[in-house]
Amino acid sequence: METMTNTSTVRKTDLIFGRSLDTLTLLRNAMQRDKDGLIQELIDSGLRGRGGAGFPTGLKWKFAKGAPGNKKYIICNADEGEPGTFKDRVILEKAADKVFAGMGLCGWLTGATKGFIYLRNEYIWMRNHILAQMNDMNEAFRQMKLDFSIGLKMGSGAYVCGEETALIESMESKRGEPRNKPPFPAIAGYEDKPTVVNNVETWVYALLISYIGADVFAAYGTEQSTGSKLFSVSGDTPKPGVYELEMGMKLSDFVAEFGDGDTKSVQVGGASGFCVPRRKFDQVIIGFEGIPTGGSMMLFNSHRSMYHVLHNFLEFFMEESCGQCTPCRVGCQQLLLGIEAVKSKTKPAQYLDTLMEFTETMRLASKCGLGQSVGNAFNSIVNEFYEEMIY
Amino acid sequence: MEKTVLEEIIYRQGAQRDRLLPILQDVVEQQNFLTEGDMLHIANLLQISAAEVYGTASFYSFLPLNRKGKYMIRLCKSIIAKMKGSDQVLAAITDQLGIKPGETTADGVFSLELVNDIGWSDREPAMLINDKVFTDLDPVKVTHILTNYLKQASTQAFVTNLSTN
Amino acid sequence: MKTVRLTIDKKVVEVQAGKTILDAARIAGIHIPTLCHHPDLCVAGNCRVCVVEQVGVRTLQASCAVPVSDGMEIITNSAKVQQARRHILELLLSEHRSDCVNCYKNNHCELQDLAAKYIFTPATLIPLPALQHYTIDSSSPSIIKDDSKCIRCQRCVRTCTQLQHVTALTVSHKGHEQKISTFMDKPLNDVVCTNCGQCVNRCPTGALTERNYIQEVWDALLDPNTHVVVQTAPAVRVALGEELGFDVGERVTGKMVSALKTLGFDSVLDTDFTADLTIMEEGTELLTRLKAVLTEKADAGTLLPMTTSCSPGWIKFIEHKFPDYLTNVSSCKSPQQMFGALAKTYYARKRKLNPAKIVSVSIMPCTAKKYEADRPEMRSSGFKDVDYVLTTRELARMIKMAGIDFMSLPDQEHDSLMGESSGAAVIFGATGGVMEAALRTAYELVTGREVPFANLDIKPVRGMEGVREANITIEGCLPEWSFLEGVELKLAVAHGLTNAWEVMQAVKQGKAEFHFIEVMACPGGCLGGGGQPIPTNSEIRLKRAQAIYEEDAGKHIRKSHENPEVLALYKDFLEAPMSHKSHELLHTYYIERHCN
Repeated sequence: METMTNTSTVRKTDLIFGRSLDTLTLLRNAMQRDKDGLIQELIDSGLRGRGGAGFPTGLKWKFAKGAPGNKKYIICNADEGEPGTFKDRVILEKAADKVFAGMGLCGWLTGATKGFIYLRNEYIWMRNHILAQMNDMNEAFRQMKLDFSIGLKMGSGAYVCGEETALIESMESKRGEPRNKPPFPAIAGYEDKPTVVNNVETWVYALLISYIGADVFAAYGTEQSTGSKLFSVSGDTPKPGVYELEMGMKLSDFVAEFGDGDTKSVQVGGASGFCVPRRKFDQVIIGFEGIPTGGSMMLFNSHRSMYHVLHNFLEFFMEESCGQCTPCRVGCQQLLLGIEAVKSKTKPAQYLDTLMEFTETMRLASKCGLGQSVGNAFNSIVNEFYEEMIY
Repeated sequence: MEKTVLEEIIYRQGAQRDRLLPILQDVVEQQNFLTEGDMLHIANLLQISAAEVYGTASFYSFLPLNRKGKYMIRLCKSIIAKMKGSDQVLAAITDQLGIKPGETTADGVFSLELVNDIGWSDREPAMLINDKVFTDLDPVKVTHILTNYLKQASTQAFVTNLSTN
Repeated sequence: MKTVRLTIDKKVVEVQAGKTILDAARIAGIHIPTLCHHPDLCVAGNCRVCVVEQVGVRTLQASCAVPVSDGMEIITNSAKVQQARRHILELLLSEHRSDCVNCYKNNHCELQDLAAKYIFTPATLIPLPALQHYTIDSSSPSIIKDDSKCIRCQRCVRTCTQLQHVTALTVSHKGHEQKISTFMDKPLNDVVCTNCGQCVNRCPTGALTERNYIQEVWDALLDPNTHVVVQTAPAVRVALGEELGFDVGERVTGKMVSALKTLGFDSVLDTDFTADLTIMEEGTELLTRLKAVLTEKADAGTLLPMTTSCSPGWIKFIEHKFPDYLTNVSSCKSPQQMFGALAKTYYARKRKLNPAKIVSVSIMPCTAKKYEADRPEMRSSGFKDVDYVLTTRELARMIKMAGIDFMSLPDQEHDSLMGESSGAAVIFGATGGVMEAALRTAYELVTGREVPFANLDIKPVRGMEGVREANITIEGCLPEWSFLEGVELKLAVAHGLTNAWEVMQAVKQGKAEFHFIEVMACPGGCLGGGGQPIPTNSEIRLKRAQAIYEEDAGKHIRKSHENPEVLALYKDFLEAPMSHKSHELLHTYYIERHCN
């Protein structure tokens, strides 16, 4: 894919799939380095979690390394459930070995001897493939005398288990309900031991950075959103699929590249992200300084009803909320009931403004990121497509 | 599930509280759902309360607590799926099998559910049937897929009948 | 001990490291509202009512769940916090069937209290659809579960699981379908619920309440054709006052009797009387079992340890969870049920009354007693032995309904025949009390001497520790009891079903060799029962315990076997402990139940 014009900020990279790097060589070389130096390299690279939350990866690994205790865990969050996200599926299909090697590297750095991949049950069709790759990598670890092995744990159909503490609860065979934080998993996670939970994609980039170095990585992207990222593009687009692009592109450039010529809005970051209308495409940067995303980019053209889009998202959250905390459990239901009531004229249009006050409380008082994010789609769609909510 | 089969699963995973989810998953993988009796027996052997087993199982969408058929169809209902025609695919399934989401065919062969994003937004409409995924669906394709499953089911029934006669 | 310095509302507070923001606020005298938080339970952090603002942090913090840190700046009443609090309450109210005027918990509801404080504008939200098709589970004679009032604070689940190890309740499903359930959402009467009512004690709304029999008792009292007798449990007299203007820990025995007479009960009698009787029967039973094991070499496993049987929550617990040990449970009925059997036989005969016209009511600190009274085998008198059980809370309600000025009532004494009691009887209301009462009698019976404890206060079995163990070596036995010479009796006391479970597990695994175990289902013993005034916490239970021991110390008679009315009962009616008549009326059997 060429860039459209030489001013377009949509720049394709090939760090993950493009090069034929031998995974075990990458790992062996990384394990020759000074541990603290390598962690500092990760910090300097500016790599932030690629699952959507965006926590600085190097810092997370540093906390886990420094946490007291001799039993630690490394977990790959493969619960990819954000609507419109499928890039982890592709990584696992094509580069699972790099994911596992990245985990092994973290194990070596932090002193953890056990890792797990938590794979969503919806990906059960690739289980045998994952097991084969995992067993191969475990054998490789044994051969290079790395005291680290990875096991598989399956999810059972719960979007909220993508939240790291809910994921840990699920791994402990409990209901996937997010925990109170603090303590954070890096200090007390799985079985209350120091645990590093990272997204599939993050593991791969961490391994790659150990090879290419912080400077090369940070040369891509922007100052606040270094490097590149996999984006999963879907919806009203002639070219749905997974693309590795530099972080920090302008949304207008993205739409120019991926839209069908009639793009009305783009949902950046899945159901828990923001909806950007056409008139604001050129104001938005895709990155941590603008609107971040775990990769999901859904395009809607002028034939689409944004009311149906929002309704779909709210129904999703209402079903997938763990139900623990008041703002999310009840808030999600109220938002859905609310837009239906306004649409059917049983409530006046102003009721939407009342509901936007409630989303502020959901944002501030919900126990986890799920409840905190519901207001993103609600506010952005209601604000930008007010008439579609009413008529 | 037959007690001996269930116990085999439990002992293989380990009769401990922290093995509950893998045990429930194994049962569902073989049977597609959990019965009251299954949950009671698991509770007994793990020495936890039945309520705790029920509370855990009921949390997860892929651990059904009511009777499901031999083939569990999970059709994606995400907004992208809808945009790409999942409603027409759903109508085709209902036409062919005579069931709506949440229902099971009278002969116990198929159950149908609508589920949230299954990770195939680039190839919607998409569905899972047990541990297999089918993408790029349309009414014709889905009918074809289900017909194959029906043939498979009747062949197996034919074989089972043969061996019992 | 490391301390942490933080500011709350500009006030500098220094607290122990590891404390939460809520702890610190309470120490500083700053009020933060809570709902899912309870001093007896682990932290949940799910209602979000207690959220506060922390300077420099984007989200609001749940003060019950966040530990303090040095330099933390907390604001408890900013605009953000106010809006969030109000919103959260509005959200809860939209999930709640607000029928306050008709609700049993009207004026006793924590949600109502919060709404009264923070809500003063009309509701804007839409009542949730679930409120249109709710279920009220009234299958149990003890507890009513109304899902439409539930605000999912999960206190009941934490109580049932962590405090009581019963786990009849769980959180099920997720999202908008999330609710508090039993196994497969079966009626409470069909699952392992022990009816202990600890969930009722902690439910902030009307979602879990006791099944009340107030109208039935009024009907009986106002029916000129019935003769209504009432018995009062030991723990009621040290807690009833809390509902009627008295401080926690004040004894109101005399006024309680007065009130009952004013309400119209024909005879106000005392469960303490049958508590003394229970000691006679159970003490004899224990000695009989010890004799069988020590002299006749009977199978020790089925006879010892012997456990007490006066706590119906404990009885149902052991029937479900340890059915192999039913022979170890004393065959004695509880004092309530012994009373019931005697009311319609002994009492009826002595008072020349037709037992068919007697209505037998009990006032209990307990919800499980309602289940106990309903057990089909509790009809030894030929009629239902105990017709209605009222909790302390229900009695307080009736007193208020009758317009009685409780505080100004004179002190009155229980009526005679079955109203006399010893100090040993009243301590049944506290954990360790049955053990102590039994020892005061059994020891004297066997040695001819009083227990070797100053003032008869057997301190080793007292206190609030979950499981207490004590050993007593019997020396200087009377000839008849020589088989006990030098025997070291190993005793255990457990309160709260989690502790009961621990003890029974130890027994099952052969790790504990007790002769006699006292088990009370409720934390603190009956004084912390499911029918006692709400709220409950360890401070309150401690004060009630102190009151009970004060009542004991002030009693003229301190030992069960010196109760003249009990002695008269044996002389005139029962003949002797464990006699044929005693077995008929005062002993019972237990039923193996499914373990889940």
